Amino acid sequence: MSSSTSSSSPRPPGSGEIVAGCLSPHPPHLVYASNPQQNEPKSSGAGAWKSLLDGYESLRKSLEDREFDVIVVHTPHWKTRVGHHFLGVPKFEGLSVDPIFPNLFRFHFDLQVDVPLAEAIHQEAAQEGLVTSMMRNPEFRVDYGTITSSYLVRPELDIPIVAISSARSYFDYSNEVGEREMLALGRATRRAVEQSGRRALLLASCSLSHRHFTEEPEDPEDPAFEHIHNGNQEAWDRHVMKLMQEGQCAQLLEQMPDFIEQAVSECKDGSLTWLLGALGVPDFPATVHGYGTVIGTGNAVVEWDMRKAQVPAGDQA
Amino acid sequence: MSAKGKIVGSFVVPSRPHALLAPDRSPAWQRLHDAYAEMAADIRALKPDLLLIFSTRWVSIIGHQMQADPKPKFWVVDEDFHELGTLHYDLNIDVAFAERYREAAQARGLTARTVAYEGFPIDVGSITALNLLNPDGAIPAGIVSCNIYSDRTETLVLGKAAADAVEASGKRVVAISVTAMSNRMFTEWIDPVQDRIHSAKDDEWNRKLLELLEEGRLEDVSQLAREFSRQANGDSKLKAIWWLAALSGQSNDYRGKVYAYEPIWGTGAALVGLTPQAGAGGDLEYDEDDTEVFRGDRNVLATEASESAAKPS
Repeated sequence: MSSSTSSSSPRPPGSGEIVAGCLSPHPPHLVYASNPQQNEPKSSGAGAWKSLLDGYESLRKSLEDREFDVIVVHTPHWKTRVGHHFLGVPKFEGLSVDPIFPNLFRFHFDLQVDVPLAEAIHQEAAQEGLVTSMMRNPEFRVDYGTITSSYLVRPELDIPIVAISSARSYFDYSNEVGEREMLALGRATRRAVEQSGRRALLLASCSLSHRHFTEEPEDPEDPAFEHIHNGNQEAWDRHVMKLMQEGQCAQLLEQMPDFIEQAVSECKDGSLTWLLGALGVPDFPATVHGYGTVIGTGNAVVEWDMRKAQVPAGDQA
Repeated sequence: MSAKGKIVGSFVVPSRPHALLAPDRSPAWQRLHDAYAEMAADIRALKPDLLLIFSTRWVSIIGHQMQADPKPKFWVVDEDFHELGTLHYDLNIDVAFAERYREAAQARGLTARTVAYEGFPIDVGSITALNLLNPDGAIPAGIVSCNIYSDRTETLVLGKAAADAVEASGKRVVAISVTAMSNRMFTEWIDPVQDRIHSAKDDEWNRKLLELLEEGRLEDVSQLAREFSRQANGDSKLKAIWWLAALSGQSNDYRGKVYAYEPIWGTGAALVGLTPQAGAGGDLEYDEDDTEVFRGDRNVLATEASESAAKPS
């Protein structure tokens, strides 16, 4: 991979850009199945999630021809009810144990945070009228969604990140309020990236349909167990992916509240809408690198390559 | 132990850490902090062998998880209120009880497992409760998760399984539900001194439930939980009350005590104690179904093909 860090390639303020945006779901199962040295549990390799692992491999290969200085992640697993929070400590390291799947994910991580960019997005978000906060407690545990998506896109974990929490606006108010907030947060992210001079890769760390099975087979990776929870979920997932592939993200946003409710979608945590807002609501085709299920949920690995954008995306949002 | 174990007291405490980490910032949080001290003394007087916690802040998906690390020692920071500081913990968990509870849950048809991993993030609600009610860790604890998909039926069965485990253990057990009452929060930064219940409606509903609890009518509150949650945005459907009522015998035969009722960032934060008292509750008129064994989701979305595939040949 040819990506470089910000310290090696300083660029003047105002020349920043989003190089790509990705839907990069975070089932910890995928890290487990990859058997990295940092993760304590080891998988059987039975292959239940191969389509998604292949999807991530395809995405990583696709990103090889672009350089980025920072990875900006919006994560559903840092849930905040008082606005939108941003990691504001330069370095985190430690052990992340998933409270839901501790049998699969006990990951030793070491992450660098691009605090200046986080602060810039925080300020731009405040300009949009959003409630915001910088997280300055060095003992804070970085959530496993951030770690998982970052790892699966960049296993070296050698590029600084910005992590943004998932405000509960959809839950506390309505899907429509949530959508408005996330589009505003996306616009703020885009402006901050452009002003910073950074080349940013954006990750929306969420599944599509999100109804889990509540049981797990003896081998969690047993392919015989895995399928999308029910036909309704899969039909919605495929419809949403089709809209992405056809460049119809404006229509996707119109249907998002229905999708969220009818497919119990994790998009209710706002990550995908944030991404679409930051990308200027793409009207160009996305690449679906992979689609598959993890414990019943529907997950797609999707890339919007900003070189395909026809017009300045900020004008479209 | 040969004698049957029993619940000697049932308690409700809030799920947020403000009374522990920042009581001096708000008169309301200070009153909660003081009430914890009073509750802690009452709990000690009951001479329990175990504090058994159900926390809405520990969510699970794969059934129900029971903490089984004998000495979990780590730290946790609240997702919203990280600036209040870090909660360090060094707990004393009753592993034998956790295993017994898992077995009892499985015997009633539930998916359940124990978890014991270094660095497991024990939830803020449980840590706050144990820190304020059992600061020296002298009383062993048990903690069970709150499954996001479980509804009343499954949660009742989880409570009854806890009762099975308590009885078989021979122990004197205090049950503690960690939950907010109304769970509507202010979604902006407020002056803690000005903290109040988010709305008058939430406040009225909270007070109604607390009036019932003060009369010892725990099962009546369990029966009202759905309506309360609809009206006042109850914390996790008030599952913690379903669990507590089922574990405590599904009756109104308690002596109730409301130690405090205050806001935490708009939510209803109450400290309530219920101790068994025969004949206290009066006549009951229950509307909800009762269930002894969990038989799984109804699987109404399954296709014929998946149904036949699931059946043994």
